[in-house]
Amino acid sequence: MSTLIQPRKTRLPRPGTALRIAVLLVAAALTLGPVLWTLSTSLRTPSESFNLPPQFLPLNPDFSSYAQVFQQVDMILLVLNSALVTLLIAVGQMTTAALAGYAFARLSFKGKNALFSIVLATMMVPVQVTIVPVFMLIRGMGLSDTLLALILPAIPTAFGTFLMRQYFLGLPNDFAEAASLDGASPWRTFRSVYAPLAVPGMAIVGILAFNFHWNEFFRPLILTISQENYTLPLGLVTLQGNLGTGSISVVLAGVILSMIPALVVFIFGQRTLREGLTAGASK
Amino acid sequence: MSAPTLKTPSNPTTTAAPAARKRSTRQNKSMAERLIAPLFLAPTVIGMAIFTIVPILASVLLAFFRWDIISAPEFVGFSNFADIVSDPTVRVSFLNTIVFVIVAVTLQLGIAMVLAVAIQGRMPNWLRVFFRSAFFFPLILSAASVSIFMGYLFNEQFGVVNWMLSVVGVPAVPWLTTSGGAAAVVVLVYVWQNFGFSFLLFVGGLASIPKELHEASALDGATGWRQFVNVTLPLLSPTVLVASVMAIISALQVFDQPYVLTRGGPGDSTRTAVMVIFESAFQQLEFGRASAIGLVLMMLIMAITALQFRLSRRFVFYQ
Repeated sequence: MSTLIQPRKTRLPRPGTALRIAVLLVAAALTLGPVLWTLSTSLRTPSESFNLPPQFLPLNPDFSSYAQVFQQVDMILLVLNSALVTLLIAVGQMTTAALAGYAFARLSFKGKNALFSIVLATMMVPVQVTIVPVFMLIRGMGLSDTLLALILPAIPTAFGTFLMRQYFLGLPNDFAEAASLDGASPWRTFRSVYAPLAVPGMAIVGILAFNFHWNEFFRPLILTISQENYTLPLGLVTLQGNLGTGSISVVLAGVILSMIPALVVFIFGQRTLREGLTAGASK
Repeated sequence: MSAPTLKTPSNPTTTAAPAARKRSTRQNKSMAERLIAPLFLAPTVIGMAIFTIVPILASVLLAFFRWDIISAPEFVGFSNFADIVSDPTVRVSFLNTIVFVIVAVTLQLGIAMVLAVAIQGRMPNWLRVFFRSAFFFPLILSAASVSIFMGYLFNEQFGVVNWMLSVVGVPAVPWLTTSGGAAAVVVLVYVWQNFGFSFLLFVGGLASIPKELHEASALDGATGWRQFVNVTLPLLSPTVLVASVMAIISALQVFDQPYVLTRGGPGDSTRTAVMVIFESAFQQLEFGRASAIGLVLMMLIMAITALQFRLSRRFVFYQ
């Protein structure tokens, strides 16, 4: 309206701004509220955990539920299993994706484009479509009910390869020319020149793999059978099933513990994770 | 590799002009590359062949058989696919999935858009960072854990949600024990965890719209809603398209939330297509049917991706 006369907006907060911040505050409360309730309930004694009105701030923390969750399930084993599976998948994806991404970006070979299209096409294949044959393959390989059953099929990554290819394409060509004039082999050029420069890209692949597989539920539910091979999410859902609504603070203590590594990533790698998650949208 | 021996001789003869040397280096280099490229590709390509390509082909074959692993497979033609229309549980699960996708994706994109536009306004930077982190936070959690605590929050007797409703005088809602309530909880829990992803995409899209366009349209008298519809939204259309397709593809595969919250019940009211894959294969040992349902799901995903490519060529002009 008055913008015709004064194109620069005045400093006074417009009513719109207050409304916007109010909407954002409500959304943030609804997003963080359930997590805060989970934290504060896990810090109540099991018998108090149903008490209403609910407590959102842990005022008199009681850690007995945390002690109990270690008695109810083998938390240490669950954490070790999850950590082992997640780390090996992350390292495996970073390595294989860096190698393949480098080949697609910087090496010349026959059928490069066709092969890259096939790799990209596998991104459209949901894990639920391949799970039955993968389950049988794993049985055939004698790997059923082992952690390798979770690790091996998750290592080849189309998205990671795509990301690493983009990353290597963004690095200047001059290094390769300089290296080859110095007599470096293609492997040396990769190993000593380009791979060190691509560490930030590999970090994105690793953090994405960590975030996905630490939280993964569907494949562990199918591919692990005995409790000693369970990963955290599966162990917690089993615990919840066993305890029912008996002592929710114990289950919630387990949930909070399982969030800690993800929280560390959130605090130190949020930017990297954001970049990785949205990278698929900007081709 | 024997690459070093293929290199240009270190003592070039007097006749070797610089250009010739450069060419031969390039030839040697590309030969070495052709030899080494398969080694770079092998882990990924062999891994994908074993764990993706062969399983898809196996799935296609398996979909035409009835097989419980124990007895010999029996060829049944298209009957596994026909189950999707004729078997009541499978049919309901597909319908549930379609309704879920429509409702959850609409909510997810709507909420994300409102919040992405709202965060563009004037505010201190720390507040913006706080909001962005808050909306992003659920994305780092496991859907199984989220479903565990959300199940307690929506509990009929002692859940916080019903307690809050009782404060404003609403009687206790049987969230997880009625079909409508359970379906609503699955949608809400799913959207709670995923809206942050669409929000990130929209914020990125909005940041790429040049400020001058908004200023120009403001000079022309467009404000608020009209400016949003006539300027912002068309410029954001590529982002909206990508965000919709990604949200649809991920919602089609919903499993963790209904499995943990309701196990598909009450009745079949929250059973989804992927839950039927899981149950057919690993509880009823109907591996052929599980494969057929999986293939239909994959074809849906491919169709949506293809549609995205066509739409982005026809309707999206602002790349």
